[in-house]
Amino acid sequence: MIGFLIRRTLQALIVLFFVTVLTLFLIHLFPGGPIKALLGPRATVQQVAYYNNLYGFNKPFYVQYVKWVGQLLHGNLGFSLKLNQSVASLIAQDLPKTIVLVLLGTVVSLVFGIPLGLYQAVKRYTVGDYVLTGVSFLGYATPTFFVGLLLVEWFSVDIHIFPPFAPQGTSIGQILSQPKALVLPVASYAFVLYALWSRFMRSSVMDNLVQDYVRTARAKGASERRVLWGHVFRNSLMSIVTLLGLSLPTLVAGAIFIEVVFNYPGMGLAFYNAALNVDYEVLLGFTVVATLATILGNLLADVGYAILDPRVRYS
Amino acid sequence: MAIIPPPGTESGQLPEPALLVPEELDGAGAGAGSLAAAKPRSLLVRGWEVFAENKLALASVGMIVFIFLFCFVGPLIYHTNQVNTNLTDTLCPPSSAHLLGCDNLGYDQLGRLMVGGQTSLEVGLAAAVVAVLFGTLYGAFSGFVGGVVDSFLMRVVDAGLSIPYVMVVIILSVVFHPNTIIMIFIIAVFYWLGVARLVRGETLTLRTREYVQAVKVIGGRRSRSIVRHVIPNAIGTIIVQATFAVADSIIILAGLGFLGLGVQAPATDWGDMLSGGLQYLQSSQSYWWLIYPPGIAIILTCIAFNFVGDALRDAFETRLQRR
Repeated sequence: MIGFLIRRTLQALIVLFFVTVLTLFLIHLFPGGPIKALLGPRATVQQVAYYNNLYGFNKPFYVQYVKWVGQLLHGNLGFSLKLNQSVASLIAQDLPKTIVLVLLGTVVSLVFGIPLGLYQAVKRYTVGDYVLTGVSFLGYATPTFFVGLLLVEWFSVDIHIFPPFAPQGTSIGQILSQPKALVLPVASYAFVLYALWSRFMRSSVMDNLVQDYVRTARAKGASERRVLWGHVFRNSLMSIVTLLGLSLPTLVAGAIFIEVVFNYPGMGLAFYNAALNVDYEVLLGFTVVATLATILGNLLADVGYAILDPRVRYS
Repeated sequence: MAIIPPPGTESGQLPEPALLVPEELDGAGAGAGSLAAAKPRSLLVRGWEVFAENKLALASVGMIVFIFLFCFVGPLIYHTNQVNTNLTDTLCPPSSAHLLGCDNLGYDQLGRLMVGGQTSLEVGLAAAVVAVLFGTLYGAFSGFVGGVVDSFLMRVVDAGLSIPYVMVVIILSVVFHPNTIIMIFIIAVFYWLGVARLVRGETLTLRTREYVQAVKVIGGRRSRSIVRHVIPNAIGTIIVQATFAVADSIIILAGLGFLGLGVQAPATDWGDMLSGGLQYLQSSQSYWWLIYPPGIAIILTCIAFNFVGDALRDAFETRLQRR
């Protein structure tokens, strides 16, 4: 187990190295460099050169990389010149709100996705299964923002039940104090995720139902209920846990669109605004943090799986 | 948004690939030895038979053909001006002159749907082809060579997959102000990673088969093994991935268009059209024709491609057929 942990952590570190190189490289793709993009087309050559020198963009890539990573290791994620605010403080301000949205949406989608996926697998190829399959295919094929648009059109323009925009405010408390405004963003986020979980749960349960251990359990006279809940459900749930760890990029992506549609004051909206303003320090900082979260998620998912399933450790 | 299929687990470390091997061996593997000569053809023929039984998939193919005809042949029949704005027609409701009304710049909405659809379909298809081609070659090479090279190449893939895809795509779109061609590469540039990982997993099981070993024994080059033997036998996975990739690419393009980062005006795509409709969502009058047509077009296209992909998977994966 220790060997596995060390190997897996080393891998994560190597991945982290590649990721940081890639992200810094992305920022250098701006035509004329990030400073030119930031200052705009009316900047003079002298101005661009001055700031390039000031921020070290005229140095070789590896020098910039070492300097940047050194800053990252000291917890300095950069400074947004457009917002006159450090990226770390921006994240501290926005990340909790995004976590609220992602957490609520994920929990709601799991609450629906897992039982319904299980139901579909048990009653496979019945009318109920086909209807639910249709719903999840709809979830797959519908862009997140379109779900948001439709919900706004139906529930706040046609019948005035919910407000068309997300709760506003600077703290989690303020966000949570407006539960009515949270309904539509969470619902549209959850709908798309629901498709993912229920589909996965269905195929996972169906996979498990034909395994030998199920046959053994039945042969030993276990009731169908016990087979389903005691054996199949637990094993399927394990793979859902892994999928959760691996789905972080998808969760982040969904959050970006939902936050833009509903003007939800989280990281996704801030990232989108930074992209429009070419606020490259924010883009860099946010991408690195999101990526770090993903790598950690993958690592935890793998380790969790290794703890739950001994076969992994010895392969 | 379910843009990206959840990336495969770390192959070789998690039980999934390991569990598949014995099943594949008694399923497809046993037949491979005796039917070696006729196998590539019979795989396709058998696949088609299973596919054709699936009425939903056939209907989806019909739907895809219809959408293509609508977008590419439609403008030849239904003539509209999609280059110049026409402000007297701004937001006009559907009438006999404009079957689906007009948008905020006076473009005929039905004609716009066709033109936007051209962009969506072109980018979707081309991005899928580019991503799947590159991913396949990369994955097959990595899996076939193995060892240190494989570890290195796969860590690169891991790194790419760890960066949230949408963030990268947004940054790239801001950087390049894309036209249609650049858009294809922006979408493909990170999409191939998932394909590469899948194909590599497939290659790991294929490279130990007798017929691949035989190529080595008779002195065939490595590239020959990969291109002539490994890839054709992984073609099922590859085609299924390509089908899903088309749907995913269309959704990503729509998302970018919605954010205002898609193709530049006067070109448009379905997502861009939706974004135009958003501004009028909360006005007192209902402008349903701004939102529903492009939205439904995206959903129909993506559902059709997803259904076809699912049916293809059933057709190619012998493991599932046995059930």
